Amino acid sequence: MIRSNWSWLAALFLALTVAGCGGGQPAAEQPAGDAAPAAPAAAPIDPATVATITGKVAFTGQAPPRVRIRMDAVPACTQASPDPAYVQEVVVNDNNTLQNVFVYVKEGLGDRSFPATTPEVVIDQKGCMYTPHMLGLVVGQKLRIKNSDPTNHNIHPLPKENREWNQSMPPGSADLVQEFARPEIMIPVKCNVHPWMITYIGVQRHPFFAVTGADGSFEIKGLPPGNYVIEAWHEKFGTFQQNVTVGASETKQVDFSIQG
Amino acid sequence: MSKNPPPDSQAIHWFAWLTAVATFFLVIAGALVVGYDAGLAVPDWPLSFGTWMPPMEGGVFYEHGHRMIAATVGLLTTVLAVWLGWKDPRRWVKKLAGVAWVAVVVQAILGGLTVLYLLPIPILIAHACLAQLFFCLILSLVLFTSPAWERAAGPAETIPGAGFEQLAAAATGALFLQLALGAALRHKALGEAPHLAGAGVAGFLVGWVCYRAVTELGECDAVRKLTKWVGGILSLQLILGLGAYSFRHATTGLAEPQTFVVFLTTAHVVGGALLLGSSLILALLSYRRQAVPEKASSLAGSPQRTWA
Repeated sequence: MIRSNWSWLAALFLALTVAGCGGGQPAAEQPAGDAAPAAPAAAPIDPATVATITGKVAFTGQAPPRVRIRMDAVPACTQASPDPAYVQEVVVNDNNTLQNVFVYVKEGLGDRSFPATTPEVVIDQKGCMYTPHMLGLVVGQKLRIKNSDPTNHNIHPLPKENREWNQSMPPGSADLVQEFARPEIMIPVKCNVHPWMITYIGVQRHPFFAVTGADGSFEIKGLPPGNYVIEAWHEKFGTFQQNVTVGASETKQVDFSIQG
Repeated sequence: MSKNPPPDSQAIHWFAWLTAVATFFLVIAGALVVGYDAGLAVPDWPLSFGTWMPPMEGGVFYEHGHRMIAATVGLLTTVLAVWLGWKDPRRWVKKLAGVAWVAVVVQAILGGLTVLYLLPIPILIAHACLAQLFFCLILSLVLFTSPAWERAAGPAETIPGAGFEQLAAAATGALFLQLALGAALRHKALGEAPHLAGAGVAGFLVGWVCYRAVTELGECDAVRKLTKWVGGILSLQLILGLGAYSFRHATTGLAEPQTFVVFLTTAHVVGGALLLGSSLILALLSYRRQAVPEKASSLAGSPQRTWA
């Protein structure tokens, strides 16, 4: 009895592990192909009446010290860009504004879809950093991904609404062209080879978005007159909203202030 | 009555040890992959970036390193299973070696699925649980091929009170469940509360085993000596768990994995494997001691009685 019991016990443990230790969530997301319910066609916009929203994202409080990324152990990274690299999470400009804030029209356009203003957006992997650190795309707009580094990268978006994928990009490989089928704010994109590499992609049904730059300002052009909710999204500080009404050919200023 | 072991037995025993040590390093490598979030640093499987040997930098070092050690363990387990199947006279040991071989193959497939399906949580947890079970299987083979297994069948200086072996088995089962809860916590399927509660239950049972061994067994008893190790590892494990918990909370929100936190968490995972393995050995020796004396007398002189 004892002899056979040992092997049965071992087999039982093995079966329990494979069968019972899992549990929880579904394994994979739905493929993107069946996504994106067809939105109504965009109502024609009269170019003579379009409005513009401009503004700044001010930063109040003590700016955190910039953290240098140590890439010394990976010569292929420093070879492409010998300048020191810093974590991009919180970048406070000299004029006390905040860089890398995604500002977009959250409400006011209904379910209408609008075409992208450019056929594709480019993201480059250079010096083991993503350039740019944050960008916006219109649903279905092409995202061209380059690898300018003499080293392997993997590019791995972590969406909640879109299809997740993970693809290797050896040095010298052809550009990768992808698109996202559903609107989503925001999709983090990581390189698991170089864990400091991260970028964020905002996907919208419309092109009315902007990312704050070195002066903390943004500009959203070509909006039809109407009432809108404008949201500012920051990777550390979260989201902030403001309501605005723009008339025909009007330019309105919408400023945000984020406390550090 | 004990016979001299056959010439191959000692070599097989040391080979089983070698496999156990390699598996121990494999557990460390696996914990580092999770700690450094490097599970998808190599997007393809079974090749890595389309080759057998990609440049070992960044997350590739951990992920591909894990694959290389896993391949070594797979090879060692295959040799061990074939060797035991060929030379060991006990059918149940042959079967157990076969189970270990199947486990390592299943584990490799689970590892591949984690990469190809982008870290599905149930597969990740099953991979973590099977890693611990496989380590236990190999440690069991180390024990069953050792002289200690034969000695445990002989007369003992002292015998623990009733239910000791069941208590040791319950502690081992609780430790395995605790490791499964830990894996679920690491892969964000569950929160901290179940793992903390599990620590209380498993710690209590292991502590009880240690207390009973110290109070009921003689100074020179092998099981009592082993419980001292088990108690020591349990204490260390509680400290490591507390440290990993505290430092993980202190560094929440930082973009990159922090080396100190990764090392602490890895040590906690590895300590868990050691604790589970030593608790299993303790339970097996206890059952062996309880089960065999009757059998030994009934089989005395039987030609079926083998070297272990």
